[in-house]
Amino acid sequence: MDFGAINPVVLVASLMVAATPILLAAIGELVVEKAGVLNLGVEGMMITGAVSGFAVAVTTGSPALGMLAAIVAGAALSLIFAVLTQVLMANQVASGLALTLFGLGFSALLGQSFVGIVPPRTEKLNFGFLSDLPVVGRILFSHDILVYASILLTAAVWYWLTYTRSGRVLRAVGENHDSAHALGYKVKRVRILAIAFGGACAGLGGAYLSLVRVPQWTEGMTAGAGWIALALVVFASWRPWRALLGAYLFGGITVLQLNLQAAGFQIPVEYLSMSPYLITILVLVVMSSSRARTTLSAPGRWVGPSMPPGDPGITKRPCPENREYVHETQRTSGHLGRRAGSRRADRLGRAGPSRR
Amino acid sequence: MLRLEKRPSPSKAWNYATPVLAVLLTMVAGGVLFVILGKNPFEAIKLIFWDPLFSEQFAAYSRPQLLVKAGPLILIAVGLSVGFRAGIWNIGAEGQYIIGALCAAAVALAFYPADSVLVFPLMILAGAAGGWAWAMIPAILKTRFNTNEILVSLLLVYVAEKLLAAAATGFMRNPDGAGFPGSRNIHQYGAASNMELFANSGLHWGGVAAFIAVLFTYLLLQRHILGFHVRLAGQAPRAARFAGVAPARLVLMCMGLSGAFAGMAGMFELAGPARLISIDFNAGYGFTAIIVAFLGRLHPVGIVLAGLLLALTYIGGELAQFMLNLPAAAIQVFQGMLLFFLLALDVLSNYRIRLAAPSRSSEAA
Repeated sequence: MDFGAINPVVLVASLMVAATPILLAAIGELVVEKAGVLNLGVEGMMITGAVSGFAVAVTTGSPALGMLAAIVAGAALSLIFAVLTQVLMANQVASGLALTLFGLGFSALLGQSFVGIVPPRTEKLNFGFLSDLPVVGRILFSHDILVYASILLTAAVWYWLTYTRSGRVLRAVGENHDSAHALGYKVKRVRILAIAFGGACAGLGGAYLSLVRVPQWTEGMTAGAGWIALALVVFASWRPWRALLGAYLFGGITVLQLNLQAAGFQIPVEYLSMSPYLITILVLVVMSSSRARTTLSAPGRWVGPSMPPGDPGITKRPCPENREYVHETQRTSGHLGRRAGSRRADRLGRAGPSRR
Repeated sequence: MLRLEKRPSPSKAWNYATPVLAVLLTMVAGGVLFVILGKNPFEAIKLIFWDPLFSEQFAAYSRPQLLVKAGPLILIAVGLSVGFRAGIWNIGAEGQYIIGALCAAAVALAFYPADSVLVFPLMILAGAAGGWAWAMIPAILKTRFNTNEILVSLLLVYVAEKLLAAAATGFMRNPDGAGFPGSRNIHQYGAASNMELFANSGLHWGGVAAFIAVLFTYLLLQRHILGFHVRLAGQAPRAARFAGVAPARLVLMCMGLSGAFAGMAGMFELAGPARLISIDFNAGYGFTAIIVAFLGRLHPVGIVLAGLLLALTYIGGELAQFMLNLPAAAIQVFQGMLLFFLLALDVLSNYRIRLAAPSRSSEAA
């Protein structure tokens, strides 16, 4: 094999492209989870976005319209989830799974007549002479608009969650919906809007996959990207900038293994293509075993799997600053415990806007 | 203004009625879908739900298929339902199914062409052990590191699919197969073959295993302390802790059971209808089984009925594909809609719907 065939500059440039779809989906899901909802339907929304974006782009000849259609389609699908979980009080895990199963079938049905078609090209932004700069030009100034948009979106979500009133309302809803409700915030409305935003982001991410990254439509083409995005939110400890870092890391792994395949590395293709999934699992393990760190930004009411809603075990008790306590509750509550997060709810309550 | 009022305990009557209602609503919505696809909805629905069983033209072929398809669905779903009841979400049954088949194939290929009665039972054991081991990965990561078992078990499906591809094109490829991908035909290897037990019944050992699994799970849930713990952990986790239920043991038990059942299903499929290890060996039973488990209300008897119904949609779907040129994906959409309606209608068994003036409390999440 020949490592010389792998050009680091091209590698970095292409990892940004590979990371963009999962980054978009992960940022959307991050907002959803910050609002205290777990939507496991990311994969379904992504692939629905991928097919509807592709279909519209091919029929109209405009990638921009395709992206727009993907946003609408992703948000529309997520609203099914919103109605099920927020209005009809259905189980979130099951509803999310239903969304994924439905999305995979629906996209296959819709995409039938689009297999094997080449979509219209998404133009790269023109930076003039900047793109011709050595190294920097290729890495920073050679992409299409969505690569930059996804970074801007990360910044915007970070700013919004941290510094704006509405962002804090969303966090308050996620931390403790009873308190948020008592303060007069419309818990359901906030959550439904968050879910729709998550759906729109996932849809756009899917369209980026089918219109730019691949670019082609094949059945089941997201191949777990939605699930990796979900894992990425855990990796990011619910912090937008870390989601960006994580996405680029995963993008890097994906591109590197593709490059190794191309360079004729002595391992069969199948094993190399396992690596993104295996590394995602590894990262999940590392992040979840060091819980003391992750709990600091986890939404208090994040209804995680195996943490049935309505378990008052930990959240009702005061949580002192020391870590001993966190460890102790973990030990006594085992897997059924929920994240200790009431301290931040208090802080938020004080920092939040006054009702007068 | 409609208002939801939580029932003290779920309504028994609605518990039975909602799955039926969900199926009917899915038929209506499916009919609309078929109209959009430009097909006659009544003809399509009849072709999917009636003709496979009762039409003179197709029933001879498709009636036995019912048990062939329902076997693995029921076997996997009944295992999953135990975990779902305890709030332990193993959604990677598809992966455990693949690994079970791979392990069983390894046993069969190792003994090929020896003719011994022990080969088949050994394959069953290997299949169960393979599925169990694959499910133990998320289970141990969950109990040891508190890693989310949903994501891990699902991601492992993709890993299992890659392993399957590697096996079919690499280490399990038929040495006499002229380089084509795919293993030896295990169905034709007498000692390992999963034969039909009665001619034209569609019943093979997988169906028998599914029946035993249903019985076993029923007894476990209704008559054994472990089953009580499972139900307790799902309904009142805090009470379960006080009652001395060890959450870690419960996770290992539930994941292990569902994994072993899924692995066995993979083994029976391999030695029976699928015949050999190929790249497209898995047909999505592991995911459809999730729908089966919910449609059957996580109850063993309900799962049998739900498994038969979804098997019918598979067969009817194939028939509709053949007769009406209906796309294969339409059935997947159909199954997805079924789960949507089921979850939506659950509100009827858990809540009372009251007509009332809009009050402040109705906004509470």
